[in-house]
Amino acid sequence: MVDVRQVSVKEGDVLLLIGTMKGAFVLRSNAARANWDVAGPYFAGHEVYALAFDQREGRRRLWAAPGSQHWGSMLSSSDDFGRTWTNPESAPIRFPEDTGKSLKRIWQIRPGPEDEPDTMYAGVEPAALFESHDGGESWALMRGLWNHPHREQWQPGGGGLCLHTILPDPSGRQRLTVAISTAGVYRTDDGGRSWQERNHGVRAEFLPDKYPEFGQCVHKIVQHPSHPDRLFLQNHWGLYRSDNGGDSWKDIANGVPSDFGFAMVMHPHDPETVYILPLESDEFRCTPEGKLRVYRTRDGGGSWEALTKGLPQEHALETVLRDAMDADPLNPAGIYFGTRNGAVWGSPNGGNTWQEVISGLPPVVCVRAEVVGDPAKVRVPKPGVRATAKRPAKARKKAAPKTKRTGKAKKAAARPKTRSMKKRPKARGAKKRPKARAASGKSARRAPKKK
Amino acid sequence: MRVTFHIPGFLRPHTDGASRVDLDASPATVGEALGMLWQRHPGVRDRVITETGKVRPHVNVFVGDENIRWTGGLETPLSGHPEISIVPAVSGG
Repeated sequence: MVDVRQVSVKEGDVLLLIGTMKGAFVLRSNAARANWDVAGPYFAGHEVYALAFDQREGRRRLWAAPGSQHWGSMLSSSDDFGRTWTNPESAPIRFPEDTGKSLKRIWQIRPGPEDEPDTMYAGVEPAALFESHDGGESWALMRGLWNHPHREQWQPGGGGLCLHTILPDPSGRQRLTVAISTAGVYRTDDGGRSWQERNHGVRAEFLPDKYPEFGQCVHKIVQHPSHPDRLFLQNHWGLYRSDNGGDSWKDIANGVPSDFGFAMVMHPHDPETVYILPLESDEFRCTPEGKLRVYRTRDGGGSWEALTKGLPQEHALETVLRDAMDADPLNPAGIYFGTRNGAVWGSPNGGNTWQEVISGLPPVVCVRAEVVGDPAKVRVPKPGVRATAKRPAKARKKAAPKTKRTGKAKKAAARPKTRSMKKRPKARGAKKRPKARAASGKSARRAPKKK
Repeated sequence: MRVTFHIPGFLRPHTDGASRVDLDASPATVGEALGMLWQRHPGVRDRVITETGKVRPHVNVFVGDENIRWTGGLETPLSGHPEISIVPAVSGG
């Protein structure tokens, strides 16, 4: 029997929802984002590529898409932060019989816009979009996209033919933008009835025609809520920006070690700031030069800077997948990413400094960072002040027996360890980090994991 | 006729915990028998077959010791007191 841990969550807490190849985890912290409690594994043994948190109309609902090689893909929700999950009798997302298709994987669950509190979207493989207008109870295939004349010519990418990104329009238009590998960006302006490709200017390195109408392998697109027509795109080779909702794209790979990568995250408050995690190439999908570096632009792609403080800068051949990076909505924003080697890294200060949040997880495929309740009401303590004042050593000691409360000391010891994201004094940090990292299973992080 | 189903652990939340389900019925084929199983326990269906009505590729269905993949699939005829086992394939990592 899998030992599943739970956490208590309250308003104002920060949640990290982590989807892995063998289950989902829920991590919680207070606004300092210095110490994390770990719950899970939920859906142990199942891959969880899609997680979401829906807070519209006072809900506090987690969504997960556990997938099993044996038993197929399901959709499950929890209204108590993971203590209990729905286990629906019938698969809520299913292809209609006339399509002759069957669901392979749910890649994305996305609550709709604030003013449509019961609308939800799901992106799946084979590439298709499903919608729900009753808060996720029942789902229907969006036929407008399914019947698109291009669909028969879409080709699977390395991860399969998947619709992996959904951007509902925050400004009340009947607009929805999606990204499909390998097809590119498609947009509807009439609520899903008709769809047009939006790939002008995006290069398809792997095709004879480098600028086709469609067929691009778009890995991720992001949008800022206050500037819905401003989009950024991480391509299978290429970084792009659009200022017209995707009508046209321009290259912004200015000073990055590689413009290949999967993950891309928009800063929650600043529409000029975007984060990426470049990988070497499509042949070698690992961080270039063995350095784990997040790149940040603060001028809309005009230039990029490497963020490395706290991240390993040698022998770090890591892979971060398209949904394994996210930002929380606090100020300063927390930025997080998870690796295929089962580590999650976090920065409580917009990327300036990083700390390992947890290691030893199965390969991470999805990271979602959320704040419970209204993030504007959450006071973020100043670094340093908070660490001693708000969470004294006594409190930490108090928290420690939590892991032992089960009385299964062996299992507890085998569990993944959480890392403190608290910024340590320099001298201490320099001395202690290698030790702490070794204790956290640094060698295991490098060792190839069994799949 | 009687049909006995052997249910793997993962599906038991959908059979009220039962590892064995007996039906007093005379289905002519495995497909028919499975249809009767999920009439009684609807949660089993979508986990064993896809939307297109095929047994999932990594799920095996046995009649006695015979995997139905080699005996006619869901059309495999039944007689006597068949014991049908639903078994996850030995795959994964």
